[in-house]
Amino acid sequence: MSSHESTYVPSHPVAKWIEDRLPVMGFAKSTLIDYPTPKNLNYWWTFGGILAFMLGVQIVTGIVLAMHYTPNAALAFDSVEAIKRDVNGGRLIQAVHSTGASMFFFAVYIHIFRGLYFGSYKAPREILWILGVIIYLLMMATAFMGYVLPWGQMSFWAAAVITNIFAAIPVIGDPILQLLRGGFAVDNPTLNRFFSLHYLLPFIIAAVVVLHIWALHVPGNNNPIGVEVKDKRDTVPFHPFYTMKDLFAIVVFCIPFAWFAFFAPDIFGHADNYIMANPLVTPPHIVPEWYFLPFYAILRAIDFNFIIDSKLLGVIFFGGSILILFFVPWLDTSKVRSGTFRPAFKWFYWLFVVNFLLLMWYGAQEPALQVIGPFTVADVSKLSVVYYFAYFIVILPLLGRFEKPRPLPNSISESVLSKPAPATT
Amino acid sequence: MATESNLAHDDTPDTGKRDFLYIATAAVGAVGVAGVAWPIINQMNPDASVLALASVEYDMSKIETGSAVTIKWRGTPVFVRNRTQKEIDEARAVPMDQLKDPERDQDRVKPGHDNWLVMIALCTHLGCIPVGESGDYGGWLCPCHGSQYDTSGRIRKGPAPKNLVVPPYKFLTDTKIQIG
Repeated sequence: MSSHESTYVPSHPVAKWIEDRLPVMGFAKSTLIDYPTPKNLNYWWTFGGILAFMLGVQIVTGIVLAMHYTPNAALAFDSVEAIKRDVNGGRLIQAVHSTGASMFFFAVYIHIFRGLYFGSYKAPREILWILGVIIYLLMMATAFMGYVLPWGQMSFWAAAVITNIFAAIPVIGDPILQLLRGGFAVDNPTLNRFFSLHYLLPFIIAAVVVLHIWALHVPGNNNPIGVEVKDKRDTVPFHPFYTMKDLFAIVVFCIPFAWFAFFAPDIFGHADNYIMANPLVTPPHIVPEWYFLPFYAILRAIDFNFIIDSKLLGVIFFGGSILILFFVPWLDTSKVRSGTFRPAFKWFYWLFVVNFLLLMWYGAQEPALQVIGPFTVADVSKLSVVYYFAYFIVILPLLGRFEKPRPLPNSISESVLSKPAPATT
Repeated sequence: MATESNLAHDDTPDTGKRDFLYIATAAVGAVGVAGVAWPIINQMNPDASVLALASVEYDMSKIETGSAVTIKWRGTPVFVRNRTQKEIDEARAVPMDQLKDPERDQDRVKPGHDNWLVMIALCTHLGCIPVGESGDYGGWLCPCHGSQYDTSGRIRKGPAPKNLVVPPYKFLTDTKIQIG
C-alpha cells in the first residue's frame, strides 16, 4: 500500500528466500503492524475491528451450522430445532449466529454514525465510504436470507413480503418476482437459493472488506478532529497501540454478546418463528428484525398516491433511504470534517440520530396506533421520513454554506497536547 | 509470408480497421458471455414441476352461504367465498368513483354464479393473506399493512394498489370449478 514502505527485514535465510518470491510477511508487517495511525483515535474507532471480528464469528459459526442444516422446505424447520436440541453445542452455536447478526448490525450502525459525525466520508475518503455502503447493503441481503432459512412463519412471510417489493417495478416486476422465487409463490426453490446465496455473500463481503481496508490505508484513518496527519509525531504504529485497544473493545463488546447468546438467544426473535412456515396463514403482526425497522417504517409511511402509485412510491423511498448514503460525500458541502467543530451541524446530527431511533420504534408499532392526540404512527412517521431525507438533501448541502465552523487545531499533536493532563498520582 | 505491399503497411497501421477488429471481437465475446449467462440466470425461473401444478379442481358443494375456504393453487392460497345476497348487494351498490381500482362486481364473478367469489388470497400490496369478514367494508383486511377490501375483494383503503386478483377459472358443473 502506497503510503508506507515495508520495514520488514527477514533474518532467517528461509524467511528471506520466501520474502524474495512472495513478500507476504513484509506486506503484513506494513499493513497490520507498522501502519501509522493517528494517535488521537477514540473508542468509536474500535468498531472497525469489532466488525471484522463479527464477520469472522458469523462465517465460522455459519459454516458449522451448514453441516447440520437441511435446506428443504419440509425439513429445514426441524433441522434448525435439531441443531438447538441434538447437535453437540448446537444450542450455543446457533444462538451465537442468530444473536451475532444483531450484534453485527449494532456495530455497523455505530460505525456508520461515527463516520457521519466525524465526516469520514469526505475527500479523499469517498471510495472508502462507498465501499462501506456496499458492505452494508450486502449485510442486509445476507441477514435477510439467513432469517428465511429456519423456515418459521416469520421467515416465510419475510421472504414473501420482501420479494414482493420487486413486484412494484413496472412491467418487469412480475417476471423478476418469479425469477427470484423460482415459482409463483415462496416455496422450496426459494429456500434453496437463499441458502446458496446466504453461504456465498459473506465471502463477497470479506472481499469488499479487503477493498475497504485498502482504500483506508491509502489516505490513512480519519480522526476525531478531522485534521489530516501532518508528520510522524501525529501517529503511532497500529501495533501494539491499536491492536490492544481494538482487542480490549472486542472483549467488552463480547460481554453483552455472550449474555444474549447464553441467556436470551430469542430476545431479538418473534414467537411466531417457532411455528413452521404455512403459506396459507399470515401471522397477525408482521415486523422485520430490529435492524431493518427504520427502513420498514419508511416503506410503510408512504401509503398515499403521489403522481405514481403508493406501492411503487413506497419502494422508491425505501430504496432511496439507503442509496442516498452513496451521495453523502458530495451532499455535505462543508470543508470541515469533524462535527466537533461544527456548532450548527451537531444539532441537526443528533436530531437525525433521534429521528432514526424514532423510525425504528415506529417500524415496530401498528400503523393505527395513536401517538400524539389523534395522530397515529402512520401520520407521525411521515414527519420522520421528511426529516430523514431533508437531512441529506437540504441540511447537509446548506450547512456547508451558512455555518461558521469553530477554529481547527493546527495538528493532531497540538490538539492532543492542548488538553489538560489527567490527574496523576 | 511478407510481400512488398503489406511490408509497406507495417509502418502506418490502419487504425480504423484495427478499431473495427477490436469492437467486432469484443462484440462477439459479449454475445458469448451473454449466451452462457442466460441459462445460469434462467435456471432460477419456475421449473417444470412447479409449472406442472398449474391447474386444480375443487368441489364447492360443502361451502355454505356466508362462508369461505382457502385452497392452494400453484403454491398460492385462493379464496373461494359463497357470498350472501346482502354482500352481493353491498358490492353492487358502490359507485365506481369511490373505487381506487374501478371494476364492477359483475365482472369479478362468472355470470349465473354471482354468489361465488374466487380470488387469489394475496394482498396486492406486499403479498400477505388478508383476513376475511373484517375491516370497514365487511370484506378483507390485510394484517401486514392495513389494506382493506370490500365484499367484492376490491381495494378500498390502505397502501394496496389493486383489487384482489381473480385467477382464470371455469365452472365444470354447478358446484365444481377448475382454477388455472
